[in-house]
Amino acid sequence: MSPPSNNLKHIPIYAQAEEAYSVGNIRALLAEIAARLEKLASGGETGMIDLNSLPLAPGEYEQLRQTLGQGEVSSRIEAIGATEIIETRYPGVWWVTHYNVEGDIVADMIEITTTPEILKSQPEDIRTGLELLRAQLNDEVQQ
Amino acid sequence: MNQQELLDFVRGTGLQIAAAVFVLGMVYRMLHLMLLGRKKNLAAPRGTEWGPGLRTMWHRSIPSVGLTSRGYFIVISGYIFHLGFLITLLFLSQHIDLFRSVFGFGWPALSPGLITITAILTIAAMIALLVHRYTDPVKRLISDYQDYLTWTLTFLPLLTGIMLKQGIALGYQQMLIVHIITLELLMIATPFTKLVHMFTTFSARWYNGAISGFKGIKV
Amino acid sequence: MNEHETLGERLEQQGISRRAFLKFCTAMASMMALPPSAATAIAEALIKAKRPSVIWLSFQECTGCTESLTRSHSPTLESLIFDMISLDYHHTLQAASGHGAEKSREDAMQNFFGKYLLVVDGSIPLNDGGVYSTIAGRTNLDLLEEAAKGAAAIIAVGTCAAFGGIPNAKPNPTGAVAVSDIIKDKPIINISGCPPIPAVITGVLAHYLTFGELPELDELGRPKSFYGETIHDRCYRRPFYDQGKFAKSFDDEGARNGWCLFELGCKGPTTHNACATTKWNGGTSFPIESGHGCLGCSEPHFWDAGSFYTPLSAPTANLETIAAGAAVVGAGIAVALSAADRAKKRRTQQAHEKLTVKEL
Repeated sequence: MSPPSNNLKHIPIYAQAEEAYSVGNIRALLAEIAARLEKLASGGETGMIDLNSLPLAPGEYEQLRQTLGQGEVSSRIEAIGATEIIETRYPGVWWVTHYNVEGDIVADMIEITTTPEILKSQPEDIRTGLELLRAQLNDEVQQ
Repeated sequence: MNQQELLDFVRGTGLQIAAAVFVLGMVYRMLHLMLLGRKKNLAAPRGTEWGPGLRTMWHRSIPSVGLTSRGYFIVISGYIFHLGFLITLLFLSQHIDLFRSVFGFGWPALSPGLITITAILTIAAMIALLVHRYTDPVKRLISDYQDYLTWTLTFLPLLTGIMLKQGIALGYQQMLIVHIITLELLMIATPFTKLVHMFTTFSARWYNGAISGFKGIKV
Repeated sequence: MNEHETLGERLEQQGISRRAFLKFCTAMASMMALPPSAATAIAEALIKAKRPSVIWLSFQECTGCTESLTRSHSPTLESLIFDMISLDYHHTLQAASGHGAEKSREDAMQNFFGKYLLVVDGSIPLNDGGVYSTIAGRTNLDLLEEAAKGAAAIIAVGTCAAFGGIPNAKPNPTGAVAVSDIIKDKPIINISGCPPIPAVITGVLAHYLTFGELPELDELGRPKSFYGETIHDRCYRRPFYDQGKFAKSFDDEGARNGWCLFELGCKGPTTHNACATTKWNGGTSFPIESGHGCLGCSEPHFWDAGSFYTPLSAPTANLETIAAGAAVVGAGIAVALSAADRAKKRRTQQAHEKLTVKEL
């Protein structure tokens, strides 16, 4: 028998398979997404699922990402931290992830819609931008 | 007193009171019975007492042919209720945690699914027995308030336990408080009601067997 | 001093886009457990809201609550919340000190009388005239009572302010009590936790600004949207509890498999907080996810509720000694009564006069 060692290298580390943690949330979530997509397809009613409020097991989040996959659209907003917007493999199902400046997720949504709200230009921002553009034009005229 | 304080009380002082009353009452009842001061039997013994006593304790605890002569209902529901209650009490993992912390040792638990089925069967048997007690004219005549009181005291921990386990009504915290209180009431009432039979049944059976043994009757 | 400007004006001055703000509101709605669609409504209300003056009093505490709330560095979405309020006094954070600091508190109390929010962290010691914690020579009790008079509402941050917390733990040498033990005539909202989840105070402030009133509270004065469910209700290890799969020690097979920590003393079933979904350290994890049971820090008297490692179904007090004592007393009573019985029997036998033939 080898003498006990307090060297950290001697303590075995096991990589935990992600599947081992699945507690059955994914199926339920997919069913809900399907139900909402059905509503969007028939009546145009949009829906949102807040992923932060769900007790997902470690690994289930990645499983959901893999299952939904990536579709045709992916975009990125930079507004006090990034926002990632991805249309999944299923058109009409969007994955919107808001990060703060430090890169932590602050909100994580599945949106069932034709275009996520945050992607659209906001009226107030349009007006502010318009003012800037006008000011720029005036500057050029004066020059 | 808020819920958390109430929970602390029933898990702490409340349980101490219940345990003290239970132990004090049980020791007093049992010892008082033993010290009744029976006259010494001066006859020459024709056999031993311990062996026949223990054998009778066992024999009378398992169903015998004679018991079923008036039908199976009482026997079967009676056994389901008593065994089910014991299994639920002794083999639910949370209960074993309790015993481990008091006695310093534990034992393997049964799966929660099995315990749930057992508890439901026990509850069903208890309800059936209560209905029988109330509808059967003879049973009804010989039942007094204590029979209904002890039934209730035994039934409540089972009912609240399964409600706690299955998350039926109230939050976990409130249900846990209610469940522990029902248990404490049962513990406090046991020595002073018919429930004392949980101990005296066995001493009485031993005594019967011991008398027979002394007289040399084979049991 | 004038009224504070609206949040919209403030955001505009800082050049924060509406999109960034909308994103902030989405995070807020998620935090407040409101339907995700509420984000737009929150944005509309917040943009028009006047920034309230906030006076923050720190009493008998460890500054852990303030640490928890200020962990994030500017400029982040969370820091936007500090734009939502005007923090007029906080003796740990403010630059001013001494008389200048105390003056800013007095000014805020005077100028916004009846309108300011009072935030309190730490408990209030009452023993020996409250000498155990003083600021600028005045006791915590004195400062609290004075500041409470003009407050629109009081937010008790942390378990100490909400329930007395660790200073209140037995034997409580300073006579520490909670804010609600002293102030009875003001709405008090308790944001308990040791420390509380940073997002919760932000959420409560956002709620106050959005709806102009405090959120719905539970019987302990905590906002239901965060404290409405137990850790157990929302725990990802819950299925293991239901299946009866428990870790028996911190390094056994069960612990490695991520099974339920009930038998290791997890207080999740009786603890109301949002840790299981909001998580800590920027959404990294929460205690159970790191393999340790919940301590129940957002509940009153969590420090005195038995060992952190005693399962919830086990007693918190010693039963053995008391049971042994009870057994001795029970035996004593039985012996005494039997002795009395026998004595009575003997007396009866002695008093019994035998019938003689003559008498017959």
